[in-house]
Amino acid sequence: MNPILELTDVTRVHGEGANQVHALRGISFTAHAGELVAVMGPSGSGKSTLLTIAGGLDQPTAGTVSVEGTHLGGLDLQGRARMRRTSIGYVFQGFNLIPALTAAENVALPRELDGISARAARKEARTALDEVGIGELADRFPDDMSGGQQQRVAIARAIIGERRLILADEPTGALDTETGEEILQLLRARCDAGAAGVLVTHEARHAAWADRVVFLRDGVVVDETGADRVDVLTEHAAR
Amino acid sequence: MSVKHALLALLETEPMYGYQLRAEFEQRTGETWPLNVGQVYTTLTRLERDGFAAAEAENAEGHVVYRITEAGRDEVAAWFTTPVARTQPPRDELAIKLALAVTVPGVDIGTVIQQQRSATMAALQDYTRLKRRAVGADPRELAWSLVLDSLVFAAEAEIRWLDHCEARLRRAALEAGRQNSRLDDETSSSHREFHRPAGETPSTSGTEGTSR
Repeated sequence: MNPILELTDVTRVHGEGANQVHALRGISFTAHAGELVAVMGPSGSGKSTLLTIAGGLDQPTAGTVSVEGTHLGGLDLQGRARMRRTSIGYVFQGFNLIPALTAAENVALPRELDGISARAARKEARTALDEVGIGELADRFPDDMSGGQQQRVAIARAIIGERRLILADEPTGALDTETGEEILQLLRARCDAGAAGVLVTHEARHAAWADRVVFLRDGVVVDETGADRVDVLTEHAAR
Repeated sequence: MSVKHALLALLETEPMYGYQLRAEFEQRTGETWPLNVGQVYTTLTRLERDGFAAAEAENAEGHVVYRITEAGRDEVAAWFTTPVARTQPPRDELAIKLALAVTVPGVDIGTVIQQQRSATMAALQDYTRLKRRAVGADPRELAWSLVLDSLVFAAEAEIRWLDHCEARLRRAALEAGRQNSRLDDETSSSHREFHRPAGETPSTSGTEGTSR
């Protein structure tokens, strides 16, 4: 099976000479359709750099990144921007919604930028909002919504237009425990429905929703987990 | 764990026989702490001896059914209203292992920590998977889901503690490195090299060891 996201030997160096900082050192990383992968690590371990490079917001110093088979390095600025609008959904800790636009308008924006008609974009936006469980809030402005509702809007914006790669950077960071859990259920459901998800988090409880957990330290993958089972408990659940 | 009080609390809902008690207990706790039926009957005998429960006549299937007494109800009420004692911390193999890994020469503590973190993370993923299934209106399912939450939070706490240990050990190594560089001499032009603990790759930021 071809991965939706594939990073091969990716290195990212910031600065030059004596001030050089290696944010990533030859990382290879994949996320397949239907898979949610969590990336954990302390501040400075390179996890956010990994996500921005995967999303085409930053370029690797060496190595390649491909999304659905397309090498991001081979695209010009416009091509990458288009890729970000059509294939990649981003969810941030701070929601990043436009306050002057309603929920539906926020969600429809990437589609409208993509050139489809406003009417069609709004229709897709409403479907996406329904999918994340807040169809009835389509005409609200972000300021009139709770943090959890705003993050749902952001997720709807990330999934609109059949985008198959969802990149989430601490999406639960600004939310309380229960609401955070709901957001993860949503991401999980999205991946179960066929998307590939990458979740950057420092919360083990949230990373546990992933199929695989990748541990980063100093720009290197030091470990990976996700295969073993706790037998007793799975047997219980199977009954 | 107080099997005695758990069984007594179940009897408070209705009179039951041994197998029934075990089944009800395990439905609420997901066999996280399996009970054998011998243990259940021994406990029932003791509850009867102490006057907290009384055996009724055998039922149609030949099971001896136990019911709670007034003294038993008082005992259950007291159990629910008394906090669980934390005077003697339970023996924690991981804490003991790390305490020794830090002090015994030749142990790669970074690997000890990472291996444990992966193992605990894998368990946490399993609990979370089970949680996704354990949803229902039945209070017994809710009980089991809360027990799962307890396992989830305990595993999370363990991972956080491991992260914390790692950060502290890094900081300790950095400080040791700094002291060595001061002892060495001031002529070195590359202080960064000395600040780095032996065997460590250069970190992406100078504050790595103190982060989180």
